[in-house]
Amino acid sequence: MQVIAQRPKSLMKIPFTYCPGCLHGIAHRLIAEAMDELDICDKTMGVAPVGCSVFAYKFFDCDMAEAAHGRAPAVATGMRRARPDMCVFTYQGDGDLAAIGTAEIVHSANRGENITVFFVNNAIYGMTGGQMAPTTLPSMKTSTSPYGRDVNDIGYPIKASELLATLEAPYYIERVSLLSPQEIIKAKKSVLNALKYNKENRGFTFVEFISTCPTNWGIEPVKSREWARENMLKFFEIGCFRDRSKDHEGGEK
Amino acid sequence: MAQKVLMKGNEAVAEAAIRAGCRLYFAYPITPQSELIEYMAKMMPKVNGTFIQAESEVAAINMIYGASGCGRRAMTSSSSPGISLKQEGISYIAGAKLPAVIVNVQRGGPGLGDIQPSQGDYFQATKGGGHGDYRVIVLAPNSVQEFADMAADAFDLADKYRNPVMILADGLLGQMMEPVEFKIAKTDQEIEELNKQHYDWCMRPNVDGEERHHHEINSLELDPNVLEKHVLSLNETYKKIEQNETSHEEYNINEDNEIFCVAFGTASRIVKSAITELKKKGHNVGLIRPRTVWPFPSEAINRAITGKVRKILVFELNLGQMVEDVQLSVNGKVPVDFMGRVGGIVFTPDEVIKKIQESL
Ligand SMILES: Cc1ncc(C[n+]2csc(CCOP(=O)(O)OP(=O)(O)O)c2C)c(N)n1
Ligand code: SF4
Ligand SMILES: [Mg+2]
Repeated sequence: MQVIAQRPKSLMKIPFTYCPGCLHGIAHRLIAEAMDELDICDKTMGVAPVGCSVFAYKFFDCDMAEAAHGRAPAVATGMRRARPDMCVFTYQGDGDLAAIGTAEIVHSANRGENITVFFVNNAIYGMTGGQMAPTTLPSMKTSTSPYGRDVNDIGYPIKASELLATLEAPYYIERVSLLSPQEIIKAKKSVLNALKYNKENRGFTFVEFISTCPTNWGIEPVKSREWARENMLKFFEIGCFRDRSKDHEGGEK
Repeated sequence: MAQKVLMKGNEAVAEAAIRAGCRLYFAYPITPQSELIEYMAKMMPKVNGTFIQAESEVAAINMIYGASGCGRRAMTSSSSPGISLKQEGISYIAGAKLPAVIVNVQRGGPGLGDIQPSQGDYFQATKGGGHGDYRVIVLAPNSVQEFADMAADAFDLADKYRNPVMILADGLLGQMMEPVEFKIAKTDQEIEELNKQHYDWCMRPNVDGEERHHHEINSLELDPNVLEKHVLSLNETYKKIEQNETSHEEYNINEDNEIFCVAFGTASRIVKSAITELKKKGHNVGLIRPRTVWPFPSEAINRAITGKVRKILVFELNLGQMVEDVQLSVNGKVPVDFMGRVGGIVFTPDEVIKKIQESL
């Protein structure tokens, strides 16, 4: 019998702790599959954030550090500089990366640290029970924006990929969607690119996943993906914002 | 034979750290420790080390978390306001049982304060500083030579106990020049051997032929029973540190002391010269100088309370912080009096003599 799908080797054999229908598990799987395909698990270290994916340090079968809230890119910087022969990645939510950890992500990107950042944008603080995130959409209701996000009062959502793409150093920045199987296949390609460039020591690589939080949005899983398509994809446009491999002639297309 | 060189404390501690095998240094500029970061910027590339001027002290200490998590000797430094920012990271480093070295070249506070020498961060350094139940080993040098020597000690202690170690200096020690003799620099091979002592827990590649490992650097534990066990095991380590690593210096401590003083760091230098002056005039006053302020040399202080002692005088460049540890140590056996100056002002030997004479 031919095996057509199996658990990636780079994932530990323990069940995820995510809510039913949560897309964190898909993002984990894509990263682990890419690690398998590039055969880098033995030489990879990851950094877990503070957020729903806090236990990512238990899920990936490589050495892992659990960072303080928002500090993952700084921790990853220390790791990569200490072990320049290894691939280092961070996995971060939107509160972690675009609020409390804004300085760390901007400056590690600006230094062109040879790390890969996986950024899961679900427009909300999942772990703490559904508060407003820096990525919460205009007028979107959360427990700390109970009347809807008022952009005149608290500002617009932050587009992290576009923001980082204003910097010179980053090598690769792409926003992908996890909302359908077709989009997940495309997202996989992006994850592979990022880790491949990382392995090749090309510099800072960044993949933003448009994700959902059925539990705290209060919308059941299938509908939550529809809601994200209707609302998030309009604001957070899917696309590649930087690919330095295409800067050179003869570079990969 | 090693030669003595004239150097600023800030530079001497940096040179000594490199010689002790520190190959990763992350920091953010602040007066009065900037010579330290500048020295590292100049020297680290020459030993194939890493120097990063971080975007903040918060980032710098978290870079240390990552580098120490890989089992390599890493150091950061700052002065008081920056050390406050590092407290988050220090707590995580303690929780995750990582070796790390932090230098605090203290200045006047609170808030932005000034850039003159102070000992105002004693509470912060010795009582934890960040959140949670943990301890940092705190070394308190009082000369440029000792500042440099303590760099090597700090790395050894950090490795031995897998615990953060702070060198608590001040603006005066950082800025002043004194002759210093350095230890022979560790070779790359010796440093590699040091790194290997951490291989059973640190983040590193899987090597062919060895059983695959999955090492986690982490301070999170949601099960209260397991977390309690973890904190208790940290506490066991702290007890060992108290037993083995408490260190102090005695000056003119003898059976006939009626009064002795306690002072650390820069303050102890002035108290020592005051005592020397008084000795010339026929007064017999002793000095106990804690070299480690955590663990605190309580036993040594108690031992010095012989039959004749009727008072202990504590001198600090703050409004009375270490004096609380002295009081706890003597537990009411003899009165404890205190004198301090703040705002970055260092008392003169005459002021100290006058204070001591009030009790003679
Ligand atoms: C210093 C600090 N502040 C606040 C928190 C509480 N906290 C934990 S997770 C979180 C938000 C996480 O949201 P996000 O990064 O979007 O991740 P998600 O759970 O949505 O995946 C907050 C505020 C904390 N752990 N540490
Ligand atoms: S709270 Fe939201 S983000 Fe967190 S696991 Fe549940 S669905 Fe996923
Ligand atoms: Mg989120």
